[in-house]
Amino acid sequence: MAHIELKNITKKFGGHTALTGLNLEIADGEFFVLLGETGAGKTTTLRLIAGLEKPTEGQVFIDGVDVASWGAAERDVALVLQQYSLYPRYTVRENLEFPLKPKIRRLPDAEIKDRVARAARTLRIEHLLDRKTDRLSGGEMQRVSIGRAIVRKPRVFLMDEPLSALDAKLREALRTELKNLQMQLGATFLFVTHDQIEAMSMGDKVGVLNHGRIVQTGSPQEIYNNPRDTYVASFVGSPPMNLIDGKLVDDRAVMAPTSFELPVSGGAKTGGATDGRPLVFGIRPEDVYLEGGAPVEAKVHDVENHGVEKIVTLRVGETMLRATVPARTAVEIEQPVRFAWNPDKVVMFDKGSGVSLRHAG
Amino acid sequence: MASVALTHLDPASRAAARGWSDLTIRNLFIIPTLVFLIVFNIFPLIYSLGYSFTNFAANRSEPWQFVGLQNYRELLSDDHIWSNFIITAKYVIVSVAGQMFVGFGLALLLNRSFPMKGLITTLLLLPMMMSAAVVGLFWQLLYSPSWGPINYVFGLGDFAWLSNPDSALYAVAITDIWMWSPFVMLLSLAGLSAVPQHLYEAAAIDRASWWYTFTRITLPLVSPILLIALIFRTMEAFKTFDIAYTMTTQPTAELIAIRLYKQAFQQWDTGKSCALAYIVLIMVLAITNLYVKYLNKVKER
Repeated sequence: MAHIELKNITKKFGGHTALTGLNLEIADGEFFVLLGETGAGKTTTLRLIAGLEKPTEGQVFIDGVDVASWGAAERDVALVLQQYSLYPRYTVRENLEFPLKPKIRRLPDAEIKDRVARAARTLRIEHLLDRKTDRLSGGEMQRVSIGRAIVRKPRVFLMDEPLSALDAKLREALRTELKNLQMQLGATFLFVTHDQIEAMSMGDKVGVLNHGRIVQTGSPQEIYNNPRDTYVASFVGSPPMNLIDGKLVDDRAVMAPTSFELPVSGGAKTGGATDGRPLVFGIRPEDVYLEGGAPVEAKVHDVENHGVEKIVTLRVGETMLRATVPARTAVEIEQPVRFAWNPDKVVMFDKGSGVSLRHAG
Repeated sequence: MASVALTHLDPASRAAARGWSDLTIRNLFIIPTLVFLIVFNIFPLIYSLGYSFTNFAANRSEPWQFVGLQNYRELLSDDHIWSNFIITAKYVIVSVAGQMFVGFGLALLLNRSFPMKGLITTLLLLPMMMSAAVVGLFWQLLYSPSWGPINYVFGLGDFAWLSNPDSALYAVAITDIWMWSPFVMLLSLAGLSAVPQHLYEAAAIDRASWWYTFTRITLPLVSPILLIALIFRTMEAFKTFDIAYTMTTQPTAELIAIRLYKQAFQQWDTGKSCALAYIVLIMVLAITNLYVKYLNKVKER
């Protein structure tokens, strides 16, 4: 098990800069999720740690040791990729044995057998052991590829979107399994994904990556409730946080250009929020209420029924905002409704920089 | 759509104005090739099968007689012919093994990015594009005992490569290796570049050594295409005539194709030569068949 630290990493591919001044710390035994859009630099970060790429600048530390000169083999990491990378023409058992059999570090046969059996049991692929890998389904292949990682007992598990090629049901199942597996092994996991649900549900800690920079790191709750900037606010959460332009006047959010007002509590405590400065108000859809006597009137623009809840898009003049309401709430499109928000949950961002006033300090 | 295009003529087309359908045009393209193939390949093939049962001689006008299997019987009990076959077998084994080794080795070296890769690859392919007769003459000069560069470089004095009965066959085989290794290299390169990069990365992460990765991942994945190269080269090597004929006259380097040529065009024993040609054809077919069977097995794995 290991502690990983990236210090001031910059990675350039020719003229293209993939990562800029990246700092990242992953504690021993932590399930760290790196979240970002396609092309944000997630895979590059992972490959740098694995030793498949060399950083243009900066250092990678594993357990406090600078591993710049170490190859992938010496770093003792396991990598699970989206495309499985199973060795073709071999059976599942041969694939699982592969990392244990190279001559130099070959384990005794009994040990190999034991480890393969245990990995197969953990991942419930015992019945597939003698099957050729090209005759497996996607979910089975991904299990085998995870199995090939765990037989080795590596210091770190690196996973590059391992679940994104699977269908929704299976993804959910494997999500839970992976999380359980990590707790059971007590291993350090670095999990890369573009799916914020995966990040929220699995991570002990989440790092949000945008254009090669870490925007925010923190527990899923922190990221969700207290996003550092408008990018994180709109990227994390489904539906995303509502972001409305406005100004703060006497502890009240005054929206512009569509003028409606709502109270903001504790907002003034953020200090720097001088009245009249252009701001962006962020509010999660579940903190927007539809109520008879609420202060603002809106029209229902759209309704999405999700079974347990409905996502209602409200229209106030030009401004759209979403609210999550219980499924039994009867709403129809173009119906006039009144709404309010939870004043405690409002996050204010600076309009210019997009940074949350709470983080700006 | 396709069938419509074939049966109905677009009234606006030039073909329609000329009164030609697509079908007519298609046939116009195919028929010359077919005629050529039939006249110069299929017809001689069948005709020579007929000749192989006669004592026909192309340089005499007297009538020929049907002799049944006599040609075949004589050939198969002729020690001289068998020694030609043994020489050919030696030649095939040495030259094909050499080509596979050199060709695949070169492909392994070229299968990475380095400056001027394209140019170097093209240069390496040049021998394959030359005429065999030119290659033969060229190497005859290289092997020349008194002033040839090979003896000079290796300090072999006046060793006569091509007129020494022990070395002549191998000298020809080396030339063949030089000429045809690029072919194996080209096919191997295609096979190697088809191995997904992520498998190598996975193996590196799995701490596999170069050799382990090579034998467990690279080789199994390129083996089908290597086998195809092997089939082609074995067939060709079995039929080698031009290089050997231009390079040496040593009886120890008399390949079966040279023997065949002498029998047909120096002794004018046409009927018997046709029989010998058929024996060679059957042998090549048999060997190829074995390979193809094995190839299918490899592919199934």
